[in-house]
Amino acid sequence: MAGVVVSDRPNGLPEKAARAAYTLFWAGARVFSIVLLLAAWEILARSGTFTPFQLPAFSRVLARIWDDALSGDLAINSALTLYRALTGFLIAAVGGVMLGMAMSRNTLARWFFDPIISVGFPMPKIAFLPVVMLWLGVFDISKITMIVFDAIFPVVAATVIAIQGVERELIWSARNMGARDSELLWQIILPAALPTIMTGLQVALPLSLIVAVVTEMLMGGYGLGGAMMTASRFANSTAVFAGIVEIAVVGYVLIKGMALVRRRLLIWHQEAAAPYTQ
Amino acid sequence: MNETGNALLRYLPLVLLAIAWEAVSRFGLVSSSALPSLSDVVRAWIDLVKDGELITNGLASLYRAAAGLALSIALGSVLGIFMAWWRPVNVLISPIVEIFYPLPKSALIPVTVIWLGFGDGSKILLIFLGCMLPVTIGAFNGARSSEQVLVWSARCMGASRLRTLWDVVLPSAMPELLNGIRTALALSFILLVSSELIVAQKGFGFLIGFLGANGNYDAMYAVVLTVAFLGFAADRIYLLITERALAWRAS
Repeated sequence: MAGVVVSDRPNGLPEKAARAAYTLFWAGARVFSIVLLLAAWEILARSGTFTPFQLPAFSRVLARIWDDALSGDLAINSALTLYRALTGFLIAAVGGVMLGMAMSRNTLARWFFDPIISVGFPMPKIAFLPVVMLWLGVFDISKITMIVFDAIFPVVAATVIAIQGVERELIWSARNMGARDSELLWQIILPAALPTIMTGLQVALPLSLIVAVVTEMLMGGYGLGGAMMTASRFANSTAVFAGIVEIAVVGYVLIKGMALVRRRLLIWHQEAAAPYTQ
Repeated sequence: MNETGNALLRYLPLVLLAIAWEAVSRFGLVSSSALPSLSDVVRAWIDLVKDGELITNGLASLYRAAAGLALSIALGSVLGIFMAWWRPVNVLISPIVEIFYPLPKSALIPVTVIWLGFGDGSKILLIFLGCMLPVTIGAFNGARSSEQVLVWSARCMGASRLRTLWDVVLPSAMPELLNGIRTALALSFILLVSSELIVAQKGFGFLIGFLGANGNYDAMYAVVLTVAFLGFAADRIYLLITERALAWRAS
């Protein structure tokens, strides 16, 4: 429906051209505001309204990122942050789905974990960070523990809701046709629950990155968050802004990657047939 | 009687955990500095309330969270609805939203400190920036999904564009908007505590860091549990209010 009206022409050429122009126009409009934002940043920084400490020019921030990339710091720091965030995320994903399945199948597990999940989910778990530091020190293990602790709740909640939402008819039919328990689980329940579970994972992934950055800031050491905190201690605001840009890029890639994985895994699902807007 | 019995049975696992905690530290299975017993923590909590430390720092924190959240709700919902209402606004703003959405907002802590210093301002700015996007996206999705038939009917019956926005689009955007605000509420606590842990002179996060650095672990646990409970309670109260507000919807 979206605006292309020249579809009645007998030869397809004007339609194609119009569609191409249309796509190009809106793509240009999308880039336009980002370019505008960056230009405004550069001009504002150079105009002297703010001191370079408050707002270093975008070009200088880019130069700083380039230096980081050449010296290898960028690779080390982003690899470490990604390693922590993804390890924590994977443990939370596997553990969360398993716990969610156990809660759906076993009344005792449900009785025990249900209040813990419903009380723990809305809690600001980051407040437990000093406690975890006290127990596990300031190295990777306590950072990853914090990430798992934060990211597991949305996964468990989504899995429980997802399995509850699987249509009874599907399960009955499968049973009727002689599916064994494991077949029922792997071939019917999990695929049918996958869209909602994926939604839970899509909440957990950005959360993992947030917690990874915060723990790095608080505990120091290498990593994008740690590097930013060091820069901030030395009042090096160019490096602080460079850190934000680097973290933003990492976050963007992670979230877009997750959306791709979702489309790939759910290619059979009707949601994949819906027009892709983003 | 039966209802209280049910509630008791439902939350019994939490009681069991509390008893297990008390037993583990009482019988010396773990060192009491790593895990002070629950009764010691409760005693420390009462002391903290008595000498007013918990109240003053808590009020400072709640003020920051409330101010940042209120700003983000006000600006975010207006922005989201305008994005859904006028395409040019959407075209200009949505790429920026899309870029900033995946950015872990905690990365902005050092910048807000550079801009506004160590006090209230930098925390309020951080919470505002972090909470605005979920609100904007909720308002946008809600307003966009308002039924065209309703909008057309209202326009047809002579409602002005502004009137339609207020009477038709806004109510139908409400459920998604309120959901976005719920996300923002949880996020505000996370950002508040992490920014106060990193740099602050008062607030819950500062108190936790201060007590931990002095080895006063009973009191540190007391503050941590207070913050966790407040986050949980805020979410529950918010849910109650929204259920009231959305009672007109047949769900």
